[in-house]
Amino acid sequence: MPVLPEIKEAAVKSKTKKAAFGSDLDLQQFRRQAQDWSYDEQYTSFEEMEKQQLLRAGIELTDTDHAGTFLQADRSIMHCKTSQPGLEILPIREALQKYNGLPDYYWRLVPVDADKYTAAAELELDNGYFIRALPGARITQPVEACLYIRTEGLAQHVHNIVVAEPGSHLHIITGCTTHPGVTSGLHLGISEFYVKKGAHLTFTMVHNWAENVHVRPRSAIIVEEGGVYLSNYIVLKPVKSVQMYPSVRLVGEGAVARLNSVVVAHPGSELDLGGKVVLEAPYSRAEVIARTVTTGGTAIARGHLIGKVPNIKAHLECRGLILAKQGIMYAVPELTGEVAGVEMSHEAAVGRIAQEEIEYLMARGLTEEEAASTIVRGFLNVEIEGLPQALKDDIERTIQETEKGL
Amino acid sequence: MFQIEDLWVSIDDKPVLKGINLHIKKGETHTLFGKNGSGKTTLLMTIMGFSRYQVRQGRITFLGYDITHMPTYERAKLGVGLAFQRPPTIRGVKTKDILRVCAGGKMPVEALAFEYGFEGFLDREINLGFSGGEIKKSELLQLVAQDPKLVLLDEPESGVDLESLQLVGQIIRRVLQKDLRRVDRQKAGLIITHTGYILNYLNADMGHVMADGQIACQGHPMDILEHVKKSGYEECVRCLCFQK
Repeated sequence: MPVLPEIKEAAVKSKTKKAAFGSDLDLQQFRRQAQDWSYDEQYTSFEEMEKQQLLRAGIELTDTDHAGTFLQADRSIMHCKTSQPGLEILPIREALQKYNGLPDYYWRLVPVDADKYTAAAELELDNGYFIRALPGARITQPVEACLYIRTEGLAQHVHNIVVAEPGSHLHIITGCTTHPGVTSGLHLGISEFYVKKGAHLTFTMVHNWAENVHVRPRSAIIVEEGGVYLSNYIVLKPVKSVQMYPSVRLVGEGAVARLNSVVVAHPGSELDLGGKVVLEAPYSRAEVIARTVTTGGTAIARGHLIGKVPNIKAHLECRGLILAKQGIMYAVPELTGEVAGVEMSHEAAVGRIAQEEIEYLMARGLTEEEAASTIVRGFLNVEIEGLPQALKDDIERTIQETEKGL
Repeated sequence: MFQIEDLWVSIDDKPVLKGINLHIKKGETHTLFGKNGSGKTTLLMTIMGFSRYQVRQGRITFLGYDITHMPTYERAKLGVGLAFQRPPTIRGVKTKDILRVCAGGKMPVEALAFEYGFEGFLDREINLGFSGGEIKKSELLQLVAQDPKLVLLDEPESGVDLESLQLVGQIIRRVLQKDLRRVDRQKAGLIITHTGYILNYLNADMGHVMADGQIACQGHPMDILEHVKKSGYEECVRCLCFQK
């Protein structure tokens, strides 16, 4: 695979480097060997319980109603198909071969030496996806991508690259999940997103891991002039730990980034989430909105907006609901304005459901429980175009379960 | 239809209402006047049954039921409806969701909103970024949908511009069935007003002036308003002292 030697070298040097945030993991504790799973053109090799599990991560196992599909189980690509012209989907290893190491994209946004997880993803890469919308292509249906851990205790290393060429429109739904029988594992996921001039990329990521799975995504995004990057992140199910801090650079005039996350921290879960947006071009705009509920776990909501030029506008919002006695919520909103003429704001609120809100709804005829449910439901409201109905139903069920803890 | 007898209420153990008596018959609209802090809002909140307001003594009856210690939602279901002066914002909960709760399937909320030019607010989060007039409109449309028998309005004209006031007046007339003859009305109303502007749009039957947690004076609302404008609330307090 034609990767620049300096990349490898930097990775080797960072093999033991601890990450800036999140609990430190011993990578040796996880398996690196897994069975090779055969390519599955018709999705026939999945048991019914697996199908249900995949559905909960938004993965429908069908090529209809999708512009393209990608499914990686453990280290194997089980499905990869493009159904719409103007869209290219390849396993990243294949793309590296085809495009001579993807020198303009591969490790150009995420530093390979950021920490031991980025280093491991380079030194022991399994696979990942390369998804590209060609210039001007309007990809109307969502692309469905799935990263699936099918073997107990496995560390899955992936590297994804998404390119929205000038004027293109693209929506990717990535579902990340484990086999119903898998309880532990590690997912290392590098993702680099390139939103070029006037392009529009919506990236929806649904995490539906198991209780002892650790997750360390490392993502970075660059948005050029007039480009729009919308990110939705949903994690409503128990997971041992997730630590991620995607970094967005708005480098072109009028570039826009919106990052939404809806998160439930269950007992035993440690979620250290956040994001940074650097506004480097005039008239660029950013909005980071985190809605976090803890039912007993630890949730950290970070957010940093950096305004480097005048005439930018950015808002950061961290809202947290603590629905259990033991839950911990830590909101860290940061703003940096480096010049005059920036307009930046943040709002952070952590607490329980306000009695005033409950009583307002009770005055309309709802019982106390119904009122609290309505408020939690509103708080976790997930309205994302293109989500499969089965996933919406599952989100609804999860919200109902969350309400039981009230 | 609605009666309060010797009602004593505390907030955080501090007495706020001190022996209120009030009787509203079916078809009647009463107004509450009084300085800030005299206990008007506390009275409405107590009637609605909010937890902060502790009834120490006395009784509230509505339609023959003792509702003094009834949960708020049961009062709402029985037919008590309140338009808040400053309702909370509930993030993620849309105006149409609440209107649907109020209507309980008995009314298409889209048509109702459209009738009053409020359709653009249905998908907005309740009260988020609403202007003063929009808040009042939202509160009143919730009451139209809820169709309560006892209508409680906390300063329905505050923060409303003159143009919108007319519409607010119209909606209140509808909620209180003001276009029916009094004997045919099934509703009763209790309205807090500071300015009395709202009285230009509906006739009220009785006015009460509150001072220091008590009802100091009673009379025709227009007379009271005129009296207060001329002599101020102090005069009413003196009136109470005189009665004592």
